[in-house]
This record gives sequence, structure tokens and C-alpha cells, in this order.
Amino acid sequence: MEEVRADGRNGQQLRPLVCTRNLLHRAHGSAQWCQGDTIVLAAVYGPKAGTKKGENPEKASIEVIWKPKTGQIGKTEKQYEMILRRTLQSICILTIHPNTTTSVILQVVSDSGALLPCAINASCAALVDAGIPLKHLAVSVSCGLTQNGSLILDPSKVEEQELQAFVCMAFPNSPVTVLPEASSSKEGEPMEHGIITSTSYGSMSVNDYLCCIEYGRAASAKISEFLRRSLETEHNP
Amino acid sequence: MAAVKEDAGGRGGGFEGEMEVEAYRRLFPLPYYERHLLESVRPDARPLSSARDTSIAVGAVSSADGSALVKTGETTMLAAIKLEVMSPSQDSPDEGSLAIDFHMPPICSPTVRPGRPAELAPVLSKQLSDVISRSKMIHLKELSLVSGKAAWMAYLDIYCLNADGSLFDVALLSAVAALAHLHIPLVSLNDEGRIIAVSGDPSRKTTREVVNKDKRKLSLNSVPFSLTCLLHKDYILADPTAEEESIMDTPVTVVLDSLDCLVSLYKPGGAALALTSSLKECVSLTRRRVQELRSILDEALQSTEMDED
Repeated sequence: MEEVRADGRNGQQLRPLVCTRNLLHRAHGSAQWCQGDTIVLAAVYGPKAGTKKGENPEKASIEVIWKPKTGQIGKTEKQYEMILRRTLQSICILTIHPNTTTSVILQVVSDSGALLPCAINASCAALVDAGIPLKHLAVSVSCGLTQNGSLILDPSKVEEQELQAFVCMAFPNSPVTVLPEASSSKEGEPMEHGIITSTSYGSMSVNDYLCCIEYGRAASAKISEFLRRSLETEHNP
Repeated sequence: MAAVKEDAGGRGGGFEGEMEVEAYRRLFPLPYYERHLLESVRPDARPLSSARDTSIAVGAVSSADGSALVKTGETTMLAAIKLEVMSPSQDSPDEGSLAIDFHMPPICSPTVRPGRPAELAPVLSKQLSDVISRSKMIHLKELSLVSGKAAWMAYLDIYCLNADGSLFDVALLSAVAALAHLHIPLVSLNDEGRIIAVSGDPSRKTTREVVNKDKRKLSLNSVPFSLTCLLHKDYILADPTAEEESIMDTPVTVVLDSLDCLVSLYKPGGAALALTSSLKECVSLTRRRVQELRSILDEALQSTEMDED
């Protein structure tokens, strides 16, 4: 039905996922997320007392520090920091530890495409590892539109450069609950279909974008399942 | 405090004075806004889906090669382009280049402090260059002078003079207006094969041939326009002010070009989740706004052309 990609995957296949937690001894929580050859290591310190100037002291504040593989941080890294901070703020329960700061430090180990989704997944796992109270998890995936109009999930760096457009998105994970009313839905759309974060590059039609979101949702259910399973297993470092 | 409580509970009752409403607004900003939203109106008397008045003045900086001053409500941006001749890179010998920078000086907002760069400035700068390069609005080939030898380097600087919300929208509009206004100066080659500017009256006979006689303006195709909406519960507020942005923290920025292609949809986190229905609503609000902005931009460009003739 569709063409095989350079690394042998078809359009809807993700690269193999690996999530390792509790790698760093000094950090309060840490996790490494691998998506094929893209590897991001996240460390969480906190909650530490006090917030920075300009932050709301009635809420917990989150600080994100992005460490690139090599060199200084530039505008792209600043943008990643901002997107990550706002994404993590939306999944944490900020009223539990008011007037504290939680630092999330991300170290890029290797980048071969889909860096931002990988970083979101890594920091989410690290927050769980540190025991920071969360509303729900965030799972993130990227989806690209190729020049000939087909959609591919989780593009690698080589593929990313040839894409007409690509979208990074983060969704809440699907809740497991025994309460029937707990799965809140609106106009027939369940809560986990809502988008926490979306960034897109390149021009495409609105319909293509909505298709990307649909693809992303389907994939995020799989990643969510993987994340849940990997968080349930105990690690013995 | 009693007065405020009274005001929060029941309407009226002699506490509608200037001070009490102002105090309520500052102490309980979210309930203050929600009571407005319930009546489908915003504190500045706009309906939820309408943007603030926008005005464009092109050619605001006479020393720049292209410039524009854009105001949307109180948000003011000044964009200016300076052209310089450079030698093009080996990979693309017949292309010029465009460098975009966004500045937020301390005068623009009380949250920006002198001596410390604004956190938002590099992020917006990156977003603007992504949108402008990805929308393919300008052909970099048009900035070429002599293939492999010389090309224009365009420095587009956007200064935020007053940051009152929807910064990206206004910055993008000012960038687009400045690019549309850009006049490329005449240059010629001298005897050593170097580029020199042709000064003075262009009608005067010059001994040297002008290199770029027919390339004085950029041809802009598929111009991008954007609209930021705030999501709060079931409400969608178009073109928020800084106060609204600080109270309700879920912005969605949609960029559509004149061919109705989606150039960017940017939602960085936030408390509210965007369902497909609200995304569609944002896109249709943006479509309407694109029509508005296009006519405002065309009008501004036409009126300056008439002035220049």
C-alpha cells in the first residue's frame, strides 16, 4: 500500500523505544529516553525552596535547562526550553508545593530527528521518577508530510530535511480509571484527544494538519501504553 | 475587603464605583474576566472573536531600505530592513540571505528589565524566521546580484515598542509590511569588479551599467498572516491583550498564508487542552483575520505609493 522508508519502517511505524529511569544518583529523578538513535537524558532536581523573580509565589514553578550535545545554546534551544517549560507546567499540579522551583535539566546525548518529542517524553518520565505530583502524563510524537503527500510518523533526521512539513505534538496519556464519570469528555471527544502542545514547520493544508493530529493520536496511545508499562516495572540500578 | 466581597457576590448595590471595580479586577482577575465572558464581552468592550484595530504605516524609518510601523491596539512594532552586499555562500551561489532579529527593549513592558535580555525575544525571533523562511514568501534568488560574486544580505530587525499582547502577530505583520515596502537600491560594478552604489539621480547618465535595474522590489508570493487566540474553558478569545495573556495561559497561534495554507500552528502547553473543534474554530477565526489584514496592508502600501509618485 505504501512505500518503505529508508530505515525499513512503514509510514505508521515508530522507531524502537527505550526508557531507563534512575540513572543518576545525585538527581532526585532521572530518565533516559531513546527513540531509535535519538537519545535524551533528563534530570529533575527539586522541589527547591523559593521561586525566581517574576514567578507566581503561590504556585510551584518549573525551570527547564537545555544542554545541547555540543556548543552554546542558541535560539532553537531557547525555544525548546520555553515549549518544554510550558508543557510541563500544564501537566504538574502546581498548587501542591507553592513557592518552590523544580529544575528539569535535559542533556541531548544524540540527535537523529524528533528531538523535542523525545525530550518531552524523557522529562515526563523523569518527573515521575522524582515523584513530582502530576495531573497526567504527556506523551509526544512527531509526524511529517512528505513531498508526495503521504504521512510518516516519527521521522528521522534525514527524513526531516526532505519533508514538506512536520508537526510535533503532545497529548495527555489515556487514563486508566474505575470511575465511569472520571473520563471527562466534551462534544464526543475524550480528554486524551486534546492537544497539550503543538508546533508545526512548513506549509500544508489545514486538512493535512488534522490528519497529522489523527496519526499522532493513534501513535500516542501506543507510546502511552509503553510509558505506563515501563513506569510500572521497578528498576534496580 | 467587604466592598470587594459585596461586589463579587451580587451585582450593583452601590459598590459600582470606579475604585471598587478596579480593586476587584486586580484582586480577583480571573472571576472578573469570567463574569465578562459570561456576557460574551471583554473588558475593553470587544466581542470575544474580534481583534483590535490595526494600523500600518510603511516607510516610517527614512534611513532604512524598507520599514513599517504597525499598531494593533496598544501593541506597537517597528520593523526595518537594511541591505548590505555580501559574497554568497558556496552552496547557493545565486541566493541572497535574510537575517531576522526581534528585540524587546526595557521600554516595551514592565516585565522586561534593563540589563537582562527578555526571555521571550529569542523565542519569537526563532518563530518569525521559521515562519518567514518556511512560508516561501520571498525568493532568496531575487536578492542575488552577480551569481557567485555578490548578493544582498537583508537584515530585518523588529523592535517591540509596546508589548500589549499578541506580540507574534504584530511582529509578523510588521515584518511582512517592511518586506513589501523594501526598495532595493541601484548598484553597479566598478572597474575592479566590485559593487558600488549608484548615488544621486538615477535618470542621470552613468558610465557604468546598473546591475539591478529591473529588480527594485521583491515579489511577495503567499504572504503569511497570523492570529493568536486564547483558550479558556469553552471560550476562545482572539487577539488577547497582555493582561488577558497573563490571566489565561493557553495561547494558540495560527499562521495562514494568502493561499490558505497552514504555515504554522503553535500551541506551547497551557492549562487548557485544544480539541479538534476548538482548533477548527481558531483556524476559521484566522481566515477572517487574514482577509482583514490583507486589505489593511494593501491600503497602506497603495497610499504610500501614491505619496511617492
